[in-house]
Amino acid sequence: MTLTAGASEVGATTVPTASDDVPTIEIRAPRSWWRLILLLIGAAVFLFPFYYMIVGSLQKTANTNLSGVVPQPGNITLHNYGQINAALDLGKAIINSGIFTGGVLLGTLVLGILAGYALAQLRFRGRGVLFAFMLLLLMVPFQLLIIPLYVIIVRNYGLGNNYLGMIAPFAINSTAVFIFRQYFLQVPKELFDAARIDGANELRVLTRIALPLVRPAVLTAMLLTFIGPWNEYLWPFLITKQQNLLPLAVALGNYINAGSGIAANPYGAIMAGSFVLALPAVVLFVIFQRHFVTVNIGSGVKG
Amino acid sequence: MTSVTAPHPKVPPLEGDLRPDARPSARQRLTRAAFGQNPIGMLFGAPYALFIALLFAYPLFLAVWISFHSYFFAAPGVSVPRPFVGWANYTAVLTDPAVRQAFVNIGIFLVINVPLTVILSLLLATALNAAIPFRTFFRTSYYVPYVTASVATIGVFLFILSPTGILNHVLGPLAPTPSWLVNQNWAMPSVAIYVTWKSLGFFILLYLAALLNVPEELYEAAKVDGASWWHRLRAVTIPGVRQVTTLVSLLAIITGANLFTEPYLLTAGGGPDGKSASPVLLIYQSGIEQNHPDFASALGVLLLILVLLISAGVWLLQRRQA
Repeated sequence: MTLTAGASEVGATTVPTASDDVPTIEIRAPRSWWRLILLLIGAAVFLFPFYYMIVGSLQKTANTNLSGVVPQPGNITLHNYGQINAALDLGKAIINSGIFTGGVLLGTLVLGILAGYALAQLRFRGRGVLFAFMLLLLMVPFQLLIIPLYVIIVRNYGLGNNYLGMIAPFAINSTAVFIFRQYFLQVPKELFDAARIDGANELRVLTRIALPLVRPAVLTAMLLTFIGPWNEYLWPFLITKQQNLLPLAVALGNYINAGSGIAANPYGAIMAGSFVLALPAVVLFVIFQRHFVTVNIGSGVKG
Repeated sequence: MTSVTAPHPKVPPLEGDLRPDARPSARQRLTRAAFGQNPIGMLFGAPYALFIALLFAYPLFLAVWISFHSYFFAAPGVSVPRPFVGWANYTAVLTDPAVRQAFVNIGIFLVINVPLTVILSLLLATALNAAIPFRTFFRTSYYVPYVTASVATIGVFLFILSPTGILNHVLGPLAPTPSWLVNQNWAMPSVAIYVTWKSLGFFILLYLAALLNVPEELYEAAKVDGASWWHRLRAVTIPGVRQVTTLVSLLAIITGANLFTEPYLLTAGGGPDGKSASPVLLIYQSGIEQNHPDFASALGVLLLILVLLISAGVWLLQRRQA
């Protein structure tokens, strides 16, 4: 409905004013109201579940009526956070998520940058094959390989119930490698040649010259990498049966799956856990939103 | 934004004598012939190559191997025979009604998810692609579900969609019985709508980037010709972002092939009665829960081939479009 209204509005305003000397913005300004309405509806749809998550996490008893959308003064409590903390040990779960995520970030940062730099700036035997495999990795969903990965990591190497086993399949994020490569490609080769003449070795060229030039790429790739393991459910769920090793996403998922019977307000406890799980990623994203946005565009369109 | 950044000004190449690789000695020439101009690249790329070999290529090979053998998990340390069984696992997969149901489910998922994603993200991206107030706020709010853990957002959707949840309260007598997630007809559409909501922000950004690359002159020309909003959308915008639309469809198919957390947690293990089960959920259930990793591997390999074929097809299509 908004669509057709906007269409007629556009037809009416643009035809008489269409000439070269009128700036586009001025033509567009009068009809931006429909855009705004559309965008506001969109924002409401996207943000409401988050708002409802917070409201729900603060309810003493679950209120699923329309009145429950607004926090009721008599029905507010922090008890749900205590409940979920008692059930999951939030602190321990957050530490586990942190170790899992930190390991992946470290691996991607160190080894992924080396690979991205090599793929972009160095000519060596096997480069084409490595690049082809990277593209293949970007296309093949990890989920389809869980059975052999389970066999290898849990059965062959005995890394079930182990942080290393959790990290291994994600240790180097291929999307990040791809981003590093794209950015390193843009650094003019001549810059490096000059440093090499001065006798700098390749690692020095990378860390002193190339890396500072692609700092935004590093930040974006790190953010992108962060949400992978922080939000991952399937893999750690598969290989970790030990309660005190579970990352938060898995601990909460298992709590949801178990029917969460013990809590007085089970949905309240789930909402409280969801809020704690969602918060770090959302905060990071809001702070660095500019970086996040641009990276996905570049990699997505080209991927 | 890698695709839009202007190229760096060209620095003139160094003259022959100053080039670091000028006049290589015989030994240097030999290493270069064997390892390339920068052999150190092999060292830099080695950890990633090792990672690919150990955690991608080997699992891939193992999946194929397991799928052609009778394979189950024995107690640790016990050696069991794993006889070659030919195509038996594949036949079992292809004749399994649960597998067929899962593919039907993914079909339902795609029929709902792809058009919804394409239309809504293109619409919102078009609306965003102008000087409007609070642009950053809008863009960010659309992206928030994408960066949030599925488990967290599934928690809220369980609350909203529960039989006594707020949605049914709002709908009143219009609410389906049984409720959304436990209704045979609504479980998979609910998953599809949830996934659309969750990933739409990502696709809005893809479209937004593509829209920036559509030359403004085309719109101006269309306006001069008196083209309506709808005509410009059809004649300029949609052809201008066709590549992204293809990509969106590809990614939706891959997402559909990958669904696990959603049916496992949102619809309690692909319920009701397998009506929201996904292939990956079946891989987990048959391979790990029921100890038939051979069956699960065959299913995984089939899906993998399917995804690669579709990716290759889309790639060819994109090349033709370009």
